[in-house]
Amino acid sequence: MKDSALVVAGMATLSAGTYAFRLSGQALRARITFPPRAAKLLEAAAVILLAALVATTALTEGHGFSGFARPAGVLVAGVLAWRKAPFLVVVLAAALVTALLRILGVS
Amino acid sequence: MRSIWRTLDRRVLADVGLTCVAVFFIGLSYGAIAVASGFPLWLPAALSVLVLAGASEFLFVGIVATGGSPIAAALAGLLVNSRHLPYGLALPDIAGPPGVTGRRWARLLGTHVMNDESVVFALAQPDLPRRRAAYWACGLGVLACWPGGAVLGGLIGSAVHDTSAFGLDAMFPAVILALIVKDLRDARTLRAALAGAAIALVATPFLPPGLPVLLALAALLLLVRAPATEASTSPGHQASTSPGQEPAAAEVRTAP
Repeated sequence: MKDSALVVAGMATLSAGTYAFRLSGQALRARITFPPRAAKLLEAAAVILLAALVATTALTEGHGFSGFARPAGVLVAGVLAWRKAPFLVVVLAAALVTALLRILGVS
Repeated sequence: MRSIWRTLDRRVLADVGLTCVAVFFIGLSYGAIAVASGFPLWLPAALSVLVLAGASEFLFVGIVATGGSPIAAALAGLLVNSRHLPYGLALPDIAGPPGVTGRRWARLLGTHVMNDESVVFALAQPDLPRRRAAYWACGLGVLACWPGGAVLGGLIGSAVHDTSAFGLDAMFPAVILALIVKDLRDARTLRAALAGAAIALVATPFLPPGLPVLLALAALLLLVRAPATEASTSPGHQASTSPGQEPAAAEVRTAP
């Protein structure tokens, strides 16, 4: 954390903005009808952002490749999640696979 | 408060409890990851109480930790949280206190505890009193469990020093993936998400940190251009409106 003031400003923006979203939906309810298609697009936008975050944090470090151990762990977690394994199993499997690969010398 | 216990049947309460336990565990990983990425404990703790929307907090922490601008991170988080607006539109007067109406502070609190879980549980109830009760039970439960998990996770994370040896760096993407996998069962969403991920990866060597993730939104064009199959809701999507059908882990998409 290099610039604490900026981080706090970001936190305040996120907190206040999120509350505003929660409030405005209720306030607007009487006045407008939100097209379901727009709601779906918003939802998809969230999933796309998060998927991109998964890809970049799993595969990259700085501007380069992160090495094989971490994406391998995430891949195993993804397969487990797809097969509806419990959340805890999914997350611990990612850490375990990555740690084991590193013990075996895979970076 | 007491009216919550009287209004809801035991099965719904058990489902709410299970969901809150799951939220607690996600909170644990969130706090541990945030501290492991170099943030002080107060940061995830404060975010968990003030924002109370897990996915956006993960996104914020992830972008800032990789060197992105905190303001860009906040805007990305807000984009994720914009879904709360349609939530408010969809729920008829539910954030009011159970039983008594019109108490101002209760309404303000009721607005704050609006999240994926509380909304899903509310929508599954047949009438307004039960909707309110379910909404409040789940909302307050998450308000306790999410920050509680985050603080405890942060304390545990502070005790671990070499995070890469334990593979903790793989936990962050795994958590997010576990939370969105339900949405990815929809073929069109999956296609757009993969395209977005590819865009972000290709952009990473060239752009400053944080921006590649935002650039991924270009993949939305895939969904805008092809309106098509409105009627065909994916099985994964239906699960989000029927709490209790699946174990808690499947429900807590973007907890809380």
